[in-house]
Amino acid sequence: MAKVTIDGHLMDVPDGTTILNAARMMAEQHPELSANVPPAMCYYSKLEGSGGKCRTCLVQVTKGSEKDPRPMPKLVASCRTTVMDGMEVQNKLSAQVQDARKGVVEFLLLNHPLDCPVCDQAGECHLQDLGYEHGSQNTRYEFKRRTFEVEDIGDKVKLHMNRCILCYRCVFTANQITEGRVHGIINRGDHAEISTYIHQSIDNDFSGNVIDVCPVGALTDKTFRFKSRVWNTNPYNAHRECTNPKCKGHVVLWMAGNDILRVTARKDQWGEVESFICNECRFDKKSLGDWIVEGPRKIDRHSVISGGHYNSLSDKKVLTKSTTFAVMEGSRKD
Amino acid sequence: MSRKLLLDKAHIAGIETFEVYRKEGGYRAAEKALKSMTPDEITEEVKKSGLRGRGGAGFPTGMKWSFLAKPEGVPRYLVCNADESEPGTFKDRFLMEKIPHLLVEGLIVSSFALGANTAYIYIRGEYAWIVHILEKAIAEAKNNGFLGKNILGTGFDLEIYVQRGAGAYICGEETALLESLEGKRGNPRIKPPFPAVKGLYDCPTVVNNVESIAASVPIINMTGDEYAKIGLGRSTGTKLISASGNINKPGVYEIVLGLSVEEFLMSDEYCGGMKNGKKLKACVPGGSSVPILPHDLLFKTANGETRLMTYESLSDGGFATGSMLGSGGFIVYDEDQCIVENTYNFTRFYRHESCGQCSPCREGTGWMEKLLWRLENGQGKIEDIDLLWDIQRKIEGNTICPLGDAASWPVAAAIRHFREEFEWHVTHPKEAMERNYGLRKNIYVAPTPAGA
Repeated sequence: MAKVTIDGHLMDVPDGTTILNAARMMAEQHPELSANVPPAMCYYSKLEGSGGKCRTCLVQVTKGSEKDPRPMPKLVASCRTTVMDGMEVQNKLSAQVQDARKGVVEFLLLNHPLDCPVCDQAGECHLQDLGYEHGSQNTRYEFKRRTFEVEDIGDKVKLHMNRCILCYRCVFTANQITEGRVHGIINRGDHAEISTYIHQSIDNDFSGNVIDVCPVGALTDKTFRFKSRVWNTNPYNAHRECTNPKCKGHVVLWMAGNDILRVTARKDQWGEVESFICNECRFDKKSLGDWIVEGPRKIDRHSVISGGHYNSLSDKKVLTKSTTFAVMEGSRKD
Repeated sequence: MSRKLLLDKAHIAGIETFEVYRKEGGYRAAEKALKSMTPDEITEEVKKSGLRGRGGAGFPTGMKWSFLAKPEGVPRYLVCNADESEPGTFKDRFLMEKIPHLLVEGLIVSSFALGANTAYIYIRGEYAWIVHILEKAIAEAKNNGFLGKNILGTGFDLEIYVQRGAGAYICGEETALLESLEGKRGNPRIKPPFPAVKGLYDCPTVVNNVESIAASVPIINMTGDEYAKIGLGRSTGTKLISASGNINKPGVYEIVLGLSVEEFLMSDEYCGGMKNGKKLKACVPGGSSVPILPHDLLFKTANGETRLMTYESLSDGGFATGSMLGSGGFIVYDEDQCIVENTYNFTRFYRHESCGQCSPCREGTGWMEKLLWRLENGQGKIEDIDLLWDIQRKIEGNTICPLGDAASWPVAAAIRHFREEFEWHVTHPKEAMERNYGLRKNIYVAPTPAGA
């Protein structure tokens, strides 16, 4: 076990835990510390090798360990830095971290089209959350944004490369849970893009999971495209006996009335898939008779869907809960 | 003061062949090392020599070797980084072209010290013809029993393979190089683990620059203690410097570290002074990544001491008034050169060569390039200069590999020392398109405030 202090909160975590996971463990035990968890746009605990790329989770290590108390010279990626016994980390408390993170958010949004009004991911987009928490109101970028053509990769998945932040999650997903990866990153620098090899289509039982791991709206479900805003659909936990041995069939149905508009895997508190689902469950089973519905699903993280994100605001009496709902339903008069 | 250890025989006709190289005393170090020394003794000699990595970072080579993990039953690799792509640096090219057997011999000595039975030379793809030179040298060495199985009857086996890169600057970063060597996309790895523990094919690996490996030959021949006597302080031995720009005699020079910058630039033995009698404006002393130095900080440090060609002296004053020895790409600018254009040119290079893996470098380099293009072409705004400063500050130190730093430093230094020239480009857009600013007006007092 190692003792680690993050923003002044001490905790014992198993050896080999990363700083980010230590912060998540703290938040799981003490929900009030959720705000201290560094944001992660590329790290995905279920995907081996992920992380380290987006640089949003940078933190400052003010004390290396009990044995070697020297601070680390640079900010480190908390998702890829393991804790040492006695390590002291600053995240929210460090002005340098907040400044660097603001910079990273600005970089991520630099070429992002900000087409949230027409993006299917809006409402459950990690980049939206990140921009909301750490971004600036205005951009200082005055040049034409980099653009790519919208592409079909396979018959069920749409690729909006403009929105991509190159987190590599979909690449790791394909490496890890599909039989053979047929897409990857081509080109380099700010021209790097996700692509299939010479317009090959992505075609295998688990390819749909790239949609769930995508933190932004770069990979979207063609069967759900433009059908509804996510906050107008109601999420229900459901399951079915899936014949695919690698799929447990535990899903979330996104319903409007009795219609299933979309099926996704279940995501945990950190926006990560609990268990990957097969394409049959995701794309083909859209009638209520296919599923055993367990009940409504509580959505914690994504503010617009449950309003949960504004709890902290209502605590501070900025908005009462009733006015929050009134605003969201458009019935507030003043 | 001048003394050559690497290129002393480079001028001899036929030195690229095994016969001539051997006749001139070549492969003596390999014989000495393999027959009369243990691997630990060689590492110890290299440590004593104080040799510092010649690729740019200047990390002590002997120390790097001693960090190599040595688990039982796991192969170890030596990788020679010949992916020399830093603008302004062309020393390894010269060494490999002229005297390839020196590198082969260095690889034998170093591999023996590290216990590596396979060594790779990862060479820049554009150096296509050098591949043939090296492969010929390797074949000759093999025919003469210096490579292959049971070298010189000592029981040590070594094979050297040459691998061409596909044209990416980033593959000179050691972990990106290893990825590329494994046949993958050349993205730098996230460290730790370091290559000394988990490198090529997940095995312990040492990655060294061509010049560092070649330097192991004179070190073994003359002993580490003797080598350490050459040079100055912690900058021991000799260093190859690629001199280019507005000088009379551009080329590759081997200098003893500790030579003064003024002598190197002005003496006939080396650069031969400024071309056409022009005035010196600025100098990038260590390859495009290192901060540019204005003329009044090049020969003397901010404290008024003579600036020397050593790791320490060139970095005296930190980045505020100093620079770095880097990989020894000595680029000289005369009064007719435009710093804004030069900075734009460098930034364009870094944007083009960024791998695109981590956000600050991928997006930031492109942004800086666009701003610099605008400034250079008379369309800039005065706020752009502070914005550039802010962007480089947010890239530096926040990226996976040093390419982000390398892209930030030249921009930061150019603004720090030549802010007035940037401002002139904004205030005199038409004039800036027609002529260059010339020398900076205010002679060094204190660094120009960097801005918000």
